[in-house]
Amino acid sequence: MTETKYASPRAKERASQREAGPKPQNFVQIRNRRRLRAALKHALLIVTATLMLYPVIWLIVSSLRPSDEIFRNPGLVIGDPQWSNYSEGWNGLAQPFGVFLLNSALVVLGCIVGNLISCSMAAYAFAKLRFTGRRMWFAIMLVSIMLPIHVLIVPQYIFFANLGWVNTFIPLILPKFLATDAFFVFLMVQFIRGIPNELLEAARLDGCGHPRIFMSIILPLMVPALATTAIFTFIWTWNDFFSQLIYLTDPNLMTVPVALRGFMDSSSSTNWGPLFAMSVVSLVPIFFVFLFGQRLLVQGIARTGGK
Amino acid sequence: MSSLGELRRVAKSAKGAVEDKAARTKDNKAAYLFLLPWLIGLGLITIIPMVSSLVLSFTDYNLLRAPSFNGLDNWIHMLSDEHLQNSLRVTFTYVFISVPLQLGFALALAVLLNRGLRGLAFYRSIYYLPSLLGTSVAIAVLWRAVFGGEGLVNQVLAVFGINGESWIGSPDTALSTLVVLNVWTFGSPMVIFLAGLRQIPEGYYDAAQVDGAGAWTRFTRITLPLLTPIIFFNLVLQVVHTFQAFTQAFVISGGTGGPLDSTLFYTVYLYKRGFGNFDMGYASALAWLLVLIIAAFTAINFWAAKYWVFYDD
Repeated sequence: MTETKYASPRAKERASQREAGPKPQNFVQIRNRRRLRAALKHALLIVTATLMLYPVIWLIVSSLRPSDEIFRNPGLVIGDPQWSNYSEGWNGLAQPFGVFLLNSALVVLGCIVGNLISCSMAAYAFAKLRFTGRRMWFAIMLVSIMLPIHVLIVPQYIFFANLGWVNTFIPLILPKFLATDAFFVFLMVQFIRGIPNELLEAARLDGCGHPRIFMSIILPLMVPALATTAIFTFIWTWNDFFSQLIYLTDPNLMTVPVALRGFMDSSSSTNWGPLFAMSVVSLVPIFFVFLFGQRLLVQGIARTGGK
Repeated sequence: MSSLGELRRVAKSAKGAVEDKAARTKDNKAAYLFLLPWLIGLGLITIIPMVSSLVLSFTDYNLLRAPSFNGLDNWIHMLSDEHLQNSLRVTFTYVFISVPLQLGFALALAVLLNRGLRGLAFYRSIYYLPSLLGTSVAIAVLWRAVFGGEGLVNQVLAVFGINGESWIGSPDTALSTLVVLNVWTFGSPMVIFLAGLRQIPEGYYDAAQVDGAGAWTRFTRITLPLLTPIIFFNLVLQVVHTFQAFTQAFVISGGTGGPLDSTLFYTVYLYKRGFGNFDMGYASALAWLLVLIIAAFTAINFWAAKYWVFYDD
């Protein structure tokens, strides 16, 4: 026993303390102590989770309350649900809220299609093809992930304004067809690298060209990466406010975030019920995407972020 | 491999080995065809606008008349622009306080959640959800209602007999409500930490435990050092993101960055100058200053990484 080597003098000290100190008498005691520790951990985690979600739940509950009650009731009990908040909010702006939902859905759809096509093409080239300048282009792509959009927005706006494309969805969607969301290129590169080269070699020996390999081998195998991209694009575009605020000023073309912000600025301080109701409506799609796509979201983040 | 790890590898291999050029034929034609959309985007949507905004930063331009060169006027004006100084102070405070807090929370909860905890997936989902909602306008609306004069926070405080002022209406506290909002979205760095924690071989902990290392020692001697590349990745990414924060400050302050410039994020000020006053020349100069600031901080981060980031390869 005296020959045992310890990681550090402190470890040695602690080990000897442990031997001398009151030792758990039996397995029951050890098990109880472990259970107590687990219970404390869970209590801490549950309290944190409750604190975090409370405001969101309060938002949902309050959206069913009369406006004058919202700021008097921090609790979660609803007396008489005011569904009228929803109908009032739905028709609270120049257009019914459904128009904004549809506009957002169109922009989101366009962005998803654009990202899926352009990013997967670029990713295939970076992951599996050998070409001159590959390393340089790849480094540029990686650096562009971190480039702030603000340095581009002024000239882009001038450019799109000159083409007469302000108050259209083109400035929001077109860049996605040109793979400007380099983050997704990177995510897909990571994924395609995992596809065995032997598979591609075999296809090549069978006479497949690159377009064929891409369409019938790469794309079907990278469905999880495509799904992750679609989900992230959905959430980011749905929430995107900066560029939609800049390009969409026509009330008929406003997307949900822009409309909601207009609603907030125009509604008087007594009109919180309908405003809350439309806030909830605007979060519903995100919530569903999260519900069905969270496994992919978590994997996607972990894969591109993990070491 | 994170994008940063990847970049490091690219840089490393560029210095080192000569590629076996003859080994395989190249697919130049196919590759550039597949890259075509990306290359067009890089040119039209990224590089040309970058260069144009640099050029515009030396002009006076309001969209109506053609830009006219005014030399260094925009850049000199920045030196005496009080709002800019306010916005820099606000933005730096915001970045320096909310990034460490957010990453601290993310790391603490990732460590708590790691290692076979029952209900891990459930907790992870709940903690992750706010980071998806956090930048939406709806949550900004909610934040106004939570931290307003009669908001949720003050309602709860009133139960304890404390009469709170509006957190958003006071220049002393408005920024802190935004910090809270940013910390609230710690879920996405947490998920990255969780993935990193899973890469640490269980054997290290077993060996340490046999040697009598306590939980804290195991954390500081094994977990932290092996996690430094991921902490670094999260740090660089969050600093870059946080400098660009816009929506929440814009919506919560009603587009003003007030009260008294106390939530005037850099990007909010840039928006006001560029798309409020249509001062495109000045806004371009502001945008370039932001790029320089972010680049400088990223460079400092990379330089400092030599002293604290531990690579296991």
